[in-house]
Amino acid sequence: MALVAIGASVLAAFAAVGRLARFAGTALIRLVQPPWYPAQWLNQMLVIGWLSLPVVGLTAIFTGSALAQQIFIGGSRFNAASTVPAVTVIGVVRELGPVLGGLMVAGRVASAMAAELGTMRVTEQIDALVTLRTDPFRWLVAPRILAAVLVMPFLVLVSNALGVMGGWLLATQRLGFNSAQYLATTARYLQVDDVASSLVKAAVFGFFIALMGCFHGYHSGGGAAGVGRATTNAVVSSFILILLANLVITVILFGS
Amino acid sequence: MIVPRIRLAGVAKRFGPRQVLAGVDLDVMPGESLVIIGGSGTGKSVTLKLILGLIAPDAGSILVDGQEVVGLKGAALDAHRARFGMLFQGGALFDSLPVWRNVSFALAGSAASRRAAAIDNLARVGLGPEVADLKPAELSGGMQKRVALARAIAARPPIIFFDEPTTGLDPITAAVINDLIRELATDLKITALTITHDMHSVRTVADRVAMLHAGSIIWQGPLASLDGCDNPHVRQFITGSAHGPIQMPGLANRPAR
Repeated sequence: MALVAIGASVLAAFAAVGRLARFAGTALIRLVQPPWYPAQWLNQMLVIGWLSLPVVGLTAIFTGSALAQQIFIGGSRFNAASTVPAVTVIGVVRELGPVLGGLMVAGRVASAMAAELGTMRVTEQIDALVTLRTDPFRWLVAPRILAAVLVMPFLVLVSNALGVMGGWLLATQRLGFNSAQYLATTARYLQVDDVASSLVKAAVFGFFIALMGCFHGYHSGGGAAGVGRATTNAVVSSFILILLANLVITVILFGS
Repeated sequence: MIVPRIRLAGVAKRFGPRQVLAGVDLDVMPGESLVIIGGSGTGKSVTLKLILGLIAPDAGSILVDGQEVVGLKGAALDAHRARFGMLFQGGALFDSLPVWRNVSFALAGSAASRRAAAIDNLARVGLGPEVADLKPAELSGGMQKRVALARAIAARPPIIFFDEPTTGLDPITAAVINDLIRELATDLKITALTITHDMHSVRTVADRVAMLHAGSIIWQGPLASLDGCDNPHVRQFITGSAHGPIQMPGLANRPAR
């Protein structure tokens, strides 16, 4: 009995992964084939990128400041308080900037995509698109994935810059650091590789955010409850995928 | 011999344990307005979606203008769908787009020409140019249905499906929509396939009526023969009686009063 139950759930998990892979594959193939809808792309870039700036920026400033404070306290225990600028910039650019930026965008965008596509599904708007000879993958899914992948690196650059700025603000205003020295140390410890890894992470996170939002919305079940479930699943699964992908990329890039 | 516009032969579809369609045979002739009646959940909407190729049947054949539809893919499926317009039950207007972009959605050309075409089609359904720039959410239910109707006819498809065109409308608005459908079907010489359980719709819109029950077509005939029909299922449906051969699940054992 137990074996049957385990087998069934394993099979179901494989089936779900297969469906998701097929969905992603279809979206990517349609993305490179015309017809294209550039107006939809631009609109999605605006919605995902521009409108996420405040929440991503605030998150970065607050977290960068808190990080600097903690490093200062921790470092002071073994006379290493001067490491604040170096550790802050590495922590922000390698991890906190992309991950927190990704999570905030996931909360904002994956949920909105799932709710929008889910509502379009239950009100037959997706069927209507098909009867009007417009491929929902080209019109709805591909523009969202493309926009998220292109825009996330920019958001993460902003997130990194503001995170470092948050640390600098707190360090110079409260911890007595010299501003010019702090910035010089930051610049010295900031490596091109760190920024590159941060951008790679951002693009991957953007892909997962849009993929999860679209996948769950597109396959939304009936009624308000179905759309609600789709929204929850989109946010939870994109959070998990972001954190897992972050771990994988970090181990690959920095593990050796 | 005239080739039927749409021919269904032995079409079956099952969703999980539920056999929704169990061998549907039905012909729709060019230029006629056929109405499929039947209770909720008898597979009327499924039938439309099968013909459009939105879902695939488990068995059977669907011919449109003599061409097999089942198994069509890619460009062939797109070309197949280009023959249809559809009025969805809830209108299914794209709520992110203004009315005129909804109506002209399937049309090609410059924005100005599409806008002009949208205004023409809105006029056909009795709406003025002032609604063109409104969002669907700013319209009443009846106006949304009209906009959806304008969208369905905009590309002048030879076949139009009407899915429960009067559901959720007050009786007067419903009558206006029914008259519009009849008028458009006659003026534009389209083949119309309507599914409904509204007997007013049936009497206004139909040339011919077919009844779907328990997964197959149990009766069909011209509108004029509907009232004289002696099929007990059809009689119960058109008189709207709770008692007869059609029983609601769960109510079957209730004693008749």
